[in-house]
Amino acid sequence: MRHIISILMENEPGALSRVVGLFSQRNYNIESLNVAPTEDPTLSRLTVTTVGDDRVIEQITKHLNKLIDVVKLVDLTEGQHIERELMMVKVKALGAARDEVKRTADIFRAQVVDVTPNLYTVQITGDAGKLDAFLQAMAPVGILEVARTGVSGIARGDKVLSL
Amino acid sequence: MELLSGADMIARFLQDEGVEYIYGYPGGAALHIYDALFRQDKVKHILVRHEQAATHAADGYARASGKPGTVLVTSGPGATNAVTGIATAYMDSIPLVVICGQVMSHLIGDDAFQETDIIGVTRPVVKHSFSIRHPSEIPEVLKKAYYLAATGRPGPVVVDVPKDMTAPTERYEYVYPKKVKLRSYNPVSRGHTGQIKKAVDLMLKAKRPVFYTGGGVVTGNASEGLTNLVKHLGFPITTTLMGIGAYPQSDRQCLGWLGMHGSYESNMAMHHADLVIAIGARFDDRVTNNTSKFCPTAKIVHVDIDPSSVSKTVRADVPIVGPAASVISEMISLVQGKEISQPEALTEWWQKIDGWRDERAGKLYELSQEGEPLKPQEVIEAVCRVTRGEAFVTTDVGQHQMFAAQYYKFDKPNRFITSGGLGTMGFGFPAAMGIKKSYPDDDVVCITGEGSFQMMMQELSTCKQYGVGVKIINLNNGSLGMVRQWQDLNYKSRHAQSYMESLPDFQMLIESYGFTALKVERHEDLEPALERAFADKNELVFLDVYVDPREHVYPMQVPLGSMRDMLLSKTERT
Ligand SMILES: Cc1ncc(C[n+]2csc(CCOP(=O)(O)OP(=O)(O)O)c2C)c(N)n1
Ligand SMILES: [Mg+2]
Repeated sequence: MRHIISILMENEPGALSRVVGLFSQRNYNIESLNVAPTEDPTLSRLTVTTVGDDRVIEQITKHLNKLIDVVKLVDLTEGQHIERELMMVKVKALGAARDEVKRTADIFRAQVVDVTPNLYTVQITGDAGKLDAFLQAMAPVGILEVARTGVSGIARGDKVLSL
Repeated sequence: MELLSGADMIARFLQDEGVEYIYGYPGGAALHIYDALFRQDKVKHILVRHEQAATHAADGYARASGKPGTVLVTSGPGATNAVTGIATAYMDSIPLVVICGQVMSHLIGDDAFQETDIIGVTRPVVKHSFSIRHPSEIPEVLKKAYYLAATGRPGPVVVDVPKDMTAPTERYEYVYPKKVKLRSYNPVSRGHTGQIKKAVDLMLKAKRPVFYTGGGVVTGNASEGLTNLVKHLGFPITTTLMGIGAYPQSDRQCLGWLGMHGSYESNMAMHHADLVIAIGARFDDRVTNNTSKFCPTAKIVHVDIDPSSVSKTVRADVPIVGPAASVISEMISLVQGKEISQPEALTEWWQKIDGWRDERAGKLYELSQEGEPLKPQEVIEAVCRVTRGEAFVTTDVGQHQMFAAQYYKFDKPNRFITSGGLGTMGFGFPAAMGIKKSYPDDDVVCITGEGSFQMMMQELSTCKQYGVGVKIINLNNGSLGMVRQWQDLNYKSRHAQSYMESLPDFQMLIESYGFTALKVERHEDLEPALERAFADKNELVFLDVYVDPREHVYPMQVPLGSMRDMLLSKTERT
């Protein structure tokens, strides 16, 4: 099953490589990875999506917790949560396709953020499934470049991941 | 207020931390530190002849004493030479602090002379690592390093020190930090009481219980408690290779050690048990054999300080995360005054176990006959006799290691010192050196093979320099015996590269360092040679004992089988 694990870790050089290294060292899989500092500059938040059965996910969270740089973590998929990813796509936009791209973007509530005579750059946010669907819809027009941030997420309700 | 350079801070910190010996080797990036060590005399530096030996020596000391060992090496090749020793300590959860010189900060990343990203290289084999970014952080970082190495599940910690951090001209305030706190590191101090109760309930109700305990009991200083608990309950106990001595092996309740070359009765008892009480053991593949056939009828209680060890390879029915000592003492107070509910079942269980014991009694190996080469097993038994079972015994890796574990009987923990997890040839001799330096009044014996010994024999020179009187028993079978055994069993005796041609004359080699060496070829020479070897505790003596090269280590678990599937000799199988 797919899991989204969010980690608060020390914002220190080397911390990220320990987390990433753990996944390759122990043969765990990383589907996407997203990391940035938080409102507290000493902490980074890293979100990783991975797949594995319960046993593997249990091992992943235990090993992550063991890393000295990891302060706290949560497996968001264990509860209600919000999952978001941001993607920017350059698509061909010539002739009739120009309108077609715009229409599809509207349907997905995506925005055209840059324009040239030949192409549109479209920005879209949503869960990974929505982004995949948008790419599928754009495929016939011609996708030139894709930049995805990887999944970020947060728990619904009063639960907070903090110190 | 005291102002010290980074280098002097390191020397001062080591003094304040109570470090007596540090093992190391100098080089450019570490020279400021070496100069600081030179200008003091509390911390004694032992100059090894290869950095790998420094890590094994410090590791041997750590295993014998339970305190962190300390290593100092230079950048680049100095640090990379230490990697095997760091990995060895990591696999066996041994506390070690390894201080590595590094090129100057402004050169890092430029492929400078003798630059290696040692933090990166060692990342998968350390508990944690630090890079010094300002000289003033040195005392706190070092304190954290020792704290992390020694607490929780112990392990090696690397501290990378760029040369400019130790510059003699830059001085900062030095205060020895008595305590450190890491917000993200809080090793558990006790187990969950409810879980411990559950475990004890199972223990009191069990019909065929067995304790299976490992290195965690030794590093966790829990062997006294364990002994009391096991005696109180009257259950059988088997230990892992790393757990040898945590419960006295001469006691009737001890079945020896288990796993690939474990005792017949241990493996049989595990297979037939209805309750396995694992403490500080990690269900390693050399123990469990095929996990899908492992202990088919047993419920499993698993006590470990490391949550990631629990249910890693074998699912625990009652997981308990906590330090062995405190969990065991809670167990003791819970069983106090209580009776086991099935005493007849336990008696029957013991009858079964004694039956297994009797089946193999006197059949473990055949003694050598007149005119035949000595059997390695009888050599170990003789070493055990001569040292009254009280020596520190280190080993290298191979058949001799298994024979040492099988035939030397240990009644105390921290005495059998072996590279169990990584299986590092070359470990035994430097480890013995590190122990002997700190335990000069004890017998320290390295049981080795001619293959392994040649991997670290340069340390003879170190022993000469510091007068280290270890005893070396070289079980010389003229081959990489363990490899050869596998080739006999799996490759129709095609001995690819397992035969050692052009061995040195070990006697001459040892004598060239000014030490005593004896060749032992005949049965009747063994005891006198051993008496001679152990006559003087301060003298290094090397016995080159020629043993039967055809000998195999048995029992040996059959690959992919259950615990009870064993070869018992060249012709018998369970
Ligand atoms: C550094 C290292 N290289 C290779 C091995 C694989 N290996 C395991 S046992 C063994 C043979 C050891 O020979 P020797 O030291 O003579 O011991 P014996 O088995 O003959 O008693 C080898 C090569 C190892 N464990 N460690
Ligand atoms: Mg050999």
